[in-house]
Amino acid sequence: MISLFLPGAILISVLLYFNKSKIVNYTLVVFYALFLLTFAVYQSFHLNSIELGYFKSDGLGILLLLTLSAVTIPALFHGYRYIATHDESKKSRGLFFAAMTMLITAIGAAYLSNHIAVTWIFVEITTLCASVLIYHHRTTAALEGVWKYVFICAISITFVFIGILFLSLSLKQAGVEDLSFDALEKNYAQLNPFWLKFAFLFIFTGFTAKLGLVPMYTAGIDAKDKAPAPAGALFSSVLMNLGFVGIYRFYAIVARTEILPWANTIILIAAFLSIFVATVYMTRIKNIKRMFAYSSIEHMGLVMLGLAAGGIGVYAAILHIVLHSFVKPSLFFQFNQVYRVYQSKSIYDVGNYFKYNKAGAIALLLGFISCTAMPPSGLFVSEFMIFQSLFESHHLIILFVVLLLLTMIIWGFGSNIFKLLFTPPISIDETKIPKISAWESASQYILLAIAVYLAYNPPAQFVHLTKDAVNLLPQ
Amino acid sequence: MTDILLIMFAMTLLYMSIANRLLTYIRILVFQGFLLFGVTFLELSHINVTNLVLILLETVVFKALAVPLFLNRVIKHNGITRVAEPFLPNFVSLIIITLIIVITIVLSNSIKDINLDKTFFVVALSTLFTGLYIISTRRKIITHVMGYLVIENGVFILSLAVGNEMPMLVNLGIMLDIFASVLILGVFFNKIGDVLNDPDVNQLRNLKD
Repeated sequence: MISLFLPGAILISVLLYFNKSKIVNYTLVVFYALFLLTFAVYQSFHLNSIELGYFKSDGLGILLLLTLSAVTIPALFHGYRYIATHDESKKSRGLFFAAMTMLITAIGAAYLSNHIAVTWIFVEITTLCASVLIYHHRTTAALEGVWKYVFICAISITFVFIGILFLSLSLKQAGVEDLSFDALEKNYAQLNPFWLKFAFLFIFTGFTAKLGLVPMYTAGIDAKDKAPAPAGALFSSVLMNLGFVGIYRFYAIVARTEILPWANTIILIAAFLSIFVATVYMTRIKNIKRMFAYSSIEHMGLVMLGLAAGGIGVYAAILHIVLHSFVKPSLFFQFNQVYRVYQSKSIYDVGNYFKYNKAGAIALLLGFISCTAMPPSGLFVSEFMIFQSLFESHHLIILFVVLLLLTMIIWGFGSNIFKLLFTPPISIDETKIPKISAWESASQYILLAIAVYLAYNPPAQFVHLTKDAVNLLPQ
Repeated sequence: MTDILLIMFAMTLLYMSIANRLLTYIRILVFQGFLLFGVTFLELSHINVTNLVLILLETVVFKALAVPLFLNRVIKHNGITRVAEPFLPNFVSLIIITLIIVITIVLSNSIKDINLDKTFFVVALSTLFTGLYIISTRRKIITHVMGYLVIENGVFILSLAVGNEMPMLVNLGIMLDIFASVLILGVFFNKIGDVLNDPDVNQLRNLKD
């Protein structure tokens, strides 16, 4: 069905861009959300089917595609609220929704891609769409954000390409010219390990820009800060998953070769440094939106720790990445309303949120609990399993230090969130505060509830898909 | 013959490290475009003609003419001063670039792979690192863009090394070239030039924690 989905989605984006009528615009957006959902469900009934030669709906792809369509619906709804409250021109509204739908389409197609070059092309397209969204406000700060994002993403995309070139060098010996993941997996024994090391290094570094790990994480932070919150929600969840897919699919090939321990060391170092960097910033950060962005860096670090530790850690990593995609967007969506109350992102200007928007304040509190993986949260389950896998693989020192760092993150995160929720703000003109309907927080509750449900009482189909994704690695 | 062209390419890197004026950088980029044209013409003999013509057109029309002309226009249009303003003295740059080339030669000598054309590997890798070096040691945003273009050229050379077996990869490289250059140069550099006068990276330091 992807041969139907891709042209259809592109057509919708183009129509959104050129259309000036409000009603047609929103009808198209609703239609797109339904279209994506239908596509995801249809694909999930056709597991492991190959389409157009380059797309394969395997467990990992379907799992993340379903997550994507679940996050898309509230993202588009909050996009609608965002546009409605910002009094946008017709042109910028059209461009916003066209870029959103195109971004989601590219992410979805990249999840299902079974060919490393096709993944690479769709990653390029996401950079393009994301840059349009970051520059939505046309301010100097947004320009700075978009410039950094485009430049760093261009370099990292070049790195991935260099990695692909080294991979083809490593294939030369085997006499294979097909770069699909299936063909690579079949011929893993003939890959030249020396070139494969180079390839892994470059591909890993390149995808860290999307995944949000050290060394290329910086661009993503500015992007999530400057983009409108609904777009930021997508950047810090489903777009990060795209980086994970890129690394994971290639890692599945590397895991069959002799360089696996070496690759694991690289991942461990990058993951540990990411958590460290996130801790350093989270304990002193004053911009709420950037704090959420750094929290994503921390979670991706944990995911990669689980992957490198192996064993149950791989299952936990995939579970974590799915649950995180439900938890983090809900915080970003809620932030949109926080900003409407205070007109500021700085922690110094906000406070006493419970007084102005009760439903939103509870959503924020629950989001905080979920995000820091305190027990009722779904992330608690996956984080616990990641720590277990670190323990089992004898990475005790890393485990100990990471636990320490996570405690500091909870402190930093908590002190800011509690300031926002309970401490009265220094100076605020209460007459200017808009009344915000409790319904706007409904999607946040639903997303957080899904995360809890999937973690504590996973449906059989969900477990099956996750296991299918884990089975990409040699057991 | 290919080797001679590639060695000349490596020499342009050394020249770039001591170049002072932006115009010199642009001229070097033009020259590199023509060198790449020559290398492509000599090297890719086994692929079909239409594809070869496409690749050759990309090197000449895009790399050697369109992008440099555009850079020139941007510099004139925004009234950017003509000096590259490196953070380090040129002499140090020269030594560092030389070291990069020497290290890649040593590295390539440690590789025992008969499938590898070492000249391609050395020139591609040293071009890549020179580009990164230029990005990190120049003050103007436009020199960052030029550093990125140098990286692209390095990647292009590397893709030529496997071009006969997998022409698809060369095409992908061309796509990357055009995509990134249009995105970086066309849309945003124009914008940055309009918003900030004499763009300097120091003016893009407001987003931080």
